[in-house]
Amino acid sequence: MHKHSIASLSRDLASGKVSSLELTQAYLKRIHELDKNYNSFITLSEEQALTQAKAADARRKEGKAHALTGIPMAHKDLFCTQGVRTTCASKMLSNFTAPYNATVVERFNQVGAVSLGKLNMDEFAMGSTNETSHFGAVNNPWDTTRIPGGSSGGSAAAVAAGLVSGATASDTGGSVRQPAAYCGLTGIKPTYGRVSRWGMIAYASSLDQAGVITHDAQDAALMLQVMAGLDSKDSTSMDVPVPDYSASLNNDLKGLTIGLPKEYFSADLNPAMAQAVMNAIAEYEKLGAKIKEISLPNTALAVPTYYIIAPAECSANLSRLDGVRYGYRCENPEDLHDLYVRSRSEGFGAEVKRRIMLGAYTLSAGSYDLYYKKAQQVRRIIKNDFVNAFKEVDVIAGPVTTGPAYKRGEKINDPIAMYLEDIFTSPVNLAGLPALAHACGQINQLPVGLHLIGNYFDEARLLNMTHRFQQATDWHQKTAPGL
Amino acid sequence: MALSPEQVNDIAELARLKIDASSTAEYQKNLSNILDLFAQLSAVDTILVEPMTNPLDATQRLRPDVVIESNQRDHFQKIAPQTEDGYYLVPRVVE
Repeated sequence: MHKHSIASLSRDLASGKVSSLELTQAYLKRIHELDKNYNSFITLSEEQALTQAKAADARRKEGKAHALTGIPMAHKDLFCTQGVRTTCASKMLSNFTAPYNATVVERFNQVGAVSLGKLNMDEFAMGSTNETSHFGAVNNPWDTTRIPGGSSGGSAAAVAAGLVSGATASDTGGSVRQPAAYCGLTGIKPTYGRVSRWGMIAYASSLDQAGVITHDAQDAALMLQVMAGLDSKDSTSMDVPVPDYSASLNNDLKGLTIGLPKEYFSADLNPAMAQAVMNAIAEYEKLGAKIKEISLPNTALAVPTYYIIAPAECSANLSRLDGVRYGYRCENPEDLHDLYVRSRSEGFGAEVKRRIMLGAYTLSAGSYDLYYKKAQQVRRIIKNDFVNAFKEVDVIAGPVTTGPAYKRGEKINDPIAMYLEDIFTSPVNLAGLPALAHACGQINQLPVGLHLIGNYFDEARLLNMTHRFQQATDWHQKTAPGL
Repeated sequence: MALSPEQVNDIAELARLKIDASSTAEYQKNLSNILDLFAQLSAVDTILVEPMTNPLDATQRLRPDVVIESNQRDHFQKIAPQTEDGYYLVPRVVE
């Protein structure tokens, strides 16, 4: 059961081979048995899940089922869920239960999907390893001594271990794609504004975008279909028609032009990683695609630009957490200043504090033009690289990461080393483009991913390409040893 | 750019944070290294480049100025650490 895709479970539910209640109970049992090895869940919402499953079965009997009705999934713990706590993997919100549902959650509820609980992540989505969680690190199912990636590490580990059929996630600088790659899965970060951010706890508002992590492109298409589209509650969500993502999955790739940025294949890239990417590219050529070398000359500027803009926006967003209206409050505050300072100092972990302080500094008088304004200008230069590249090619491909998942503890004490790992993923967020990671090979029995970057609102093409690749190969069907 | 321990504490205060004396050196080192990373951008010529605030260069959508929310004060205040008569309670500010 645990290797089953959403699409196959949906068929089994439709044919009556299994009920949602049976499926939900089986997944919950599996979580109880196995999640001690991965720590992918922060909160399990069993009672609610069983209620939703029964309702889904009833809805199906009435003939009103959607493809996702009764499908057991879970949400990254930064999507607000009414009645189930939302912690953002922080002590600050460890007792926070939102009084409303995020739009993404609401839309999955409306189609009758079953939420099994809330998935672990880096604290406030700040991290690339899932080691900054207040609720403990998440382990990679492929090798539990290694990181699953971050910040959506719980989402990736849970899907890879078969504890959920698919998961929501979010991506500010690579947080969907990097864990999807490290866990041998498919993850899509849509265009900025494609999916509503309402009720998705903000990290960096000009970069954040909700996405999904699934076994394959077919499942990603099903989930994204539910999430995508205008939401009047998020003024940055875009009023652009949402195509039928499943309908174009089988489109022919003949004549498609894939650009390979020469900067992505520099001497620093692990040769085995480069080989895995080129093998995948060769597969796309067999499917009819043409390959063209391109240049994204300002790629190296993306990491410093990202680490100015994201912490600046985080320092503004997280200023709302002050111990007054919700969240953690320190014991016996002496005065209001003490209440603010101690609630925040005791409530936030080290990486979050580091980013808030970076932002407070780069936004402060005298530093603003030197850092924040400069970064916003370089951001446009980076975006223009992509705009120029898309005049010549339909899609850009490259690695997601510099190699496979590394060991826990390897980079967590060296922020710069950890930040530089975002070299391939963060430019995409700066430009606001859609991008997808899919499993494309293995290095030392560990999965690695291919990165496909699309033009604005061209998610359908990324899903189409990935689906065709997955029809011709079986990397997406491989599971971690012992699973 | 190397930050001094005093600067680290000043930045923390700007963000309403306090760094333990035992961790100041670590924050000082890490933040200074990160600021050095940022220095790479100073070599880029951006004189004619318009700063980018939204990746799609989109502007805020407007909606008709009509009330669409009902008052849910009690509902929203249920999660507050301390309230009284619809107010949030904090330590006394004015004597």
